[in-house]
Amino acid sequence: MNWDASSLWQFNVLLLIMLFILAIAAISIKDLVASAVIFGAYSFIMCLLWTAMLAVDVAFTEAAVGAGVSTVLVLGTALHIKRKSKD
Amino acid sequence: MKPLALLFTLSVGVLLLAASLDLPDWSDPASPASSHVSPYYIQESLNQTSVPNLVSSVLADYRSYDTMFETVVIFCAGITVLTILRRTFRSKDKYILPRPEREDADIILQSAVRLLVPVMQVFALYVIAHGHHSPGGGFQGGVILGASFILLSIAYDLKTVLKRFKENSILFLSAVGVLIYAGIGIICLFLGRNFLAYGAWAKLLGITEQEAHSHGMLGVEIGVAITVMVIMFSLYADLSSSGDLDEGL
Amino acid sequence: MDDLLLFIISKYNYWVAIILLLIGLYGMISKNNLLKKVISMAIFQSAIFLFYISIGTKQHATIPIIEHGHNGYGADHAVIDVANYANPLPHVLMLTAIVVGVATLGVALAVIQKINQVHDTIEEDEILRNMEE
Repeated sequence: MNWDASSLWQFNVLLLIMLFILAIAAISIKDLVASAVIFGAYSFIMCLLWTAMLAVDVAFTEAAVGAGVSTVLVLGTALHIKRKSKD
Repeated sequence: MKPLALLFTLSVGVLLLAASLDLPDWSDPASPASSHVSPYYIQESLNQTSVPNLVSSVLADYRSYDTMFETVVIFCAGITVLTILRRTFRSKDKYILPRPEREDADIILQSAVRLLVPVMQVFALYVIAHGHHSPGGGFQGGVILGASFILLSIAYDLKTVLKRFKENSILFLSAVGVLIYAGIGIICLFLGRNFLAYGAWAKLLGITEQEAHSHGMLGVEIGVAITVMVIMFSLYADLSSSGDLDEGL
Repeated sequence: MDDLLLFIISKYNYWVAIILLLIGLYGMISKNNLLKKVISMAIFQSAIFLFYISIGTKQHATIPIIEHGHNGYGADHAVIDVANYANPLPHVLMLTAIVVGVATLGVALAVIQKINQVHDTIEEDEILRNMEE
């Protein structure tokens, strides 16, 4: 029941590495639709990390808001503008 | 790679890293953040409000005033998007995206969404009503309710959903949510207590003060959920159709 | 060696938040595309959420929901030990901030769409050139 920082460290390190990769990919990829989807994946990894940090309510909100609604909003905008970005 | 931006970013990073050395150790139970007001919340919440989920009780009771104006911020954001984007006339030179014909839309997707949406909505209502005992509450439930409408308008068409859920009622409901929240607070004022002191409801409902706190929290969470639900859907409807409210994604 | 490991474990949550914040900051400064700037801003924001949430954790604690608390209030349950439950206050602040964050993200996206309608591009240098003409 009780959580110990040392027992989960491999899982945490895996999540953190994925978090960095996704954050850099989201701002460096040229296709805006791909950027929006990668940002959704980033939010979901963040949500898993918060569950590991005992913040279940915040993780629930992030799963519904960050990975769900805000991805759809960014996607909706990306489809209405020019899809390719210059940088 | 822009060298000036990189230099600025790295210098900010060095400053922040230097500052991080003075911060308390990670997951230290005696850190300043966990030692002043939060022990009071953890120890007294169950006795004062009869709500086991501490996040709900702090959100909707101890810091209720804060949450009320967060709801107002969401309401304002929804109104702002509407004011920026909404067009009641069609511009002639609008860039129209190539869309698939909606007549032969994917029947598997539509049938799956038809089955999924009621389940999502019942789950969202459970999240709102059971938010005192398990993770959940007005914000999460409201977002899931809004997402169910968004899912419906992705699988079908924005027009099909807006026929059942009119724009006028969206605007009306977003104000109703804030009004429910503020109204519960103002009734406490009339019953002789402070604004949003839910203990005042005890005499009116014939229950103990602790249960009155719990019921008051449920009331304000319902208000939050209504506002968040309609604002999430209205953000999607405006952004996905550039304010025309005709086709959507 | 052991001291170094202990030092890293006791501070690495701050470093993770700082690195994510720097990624977001770099994107906000250097990217030319407005939608990229907004996504960078969201990454910056989530780094700050991560910082707050990591402040709220406690070692050997569990989630901030009182065990067996649904049986009712009063003296019939055991004395609550503060060290057993994570700090709920940062969770509350960040929960509302996330939902307000998506609402403000919506406003930013609406402004981007409006800029695109006027200038027919969302690249910053092209917008500046359009405005000078």
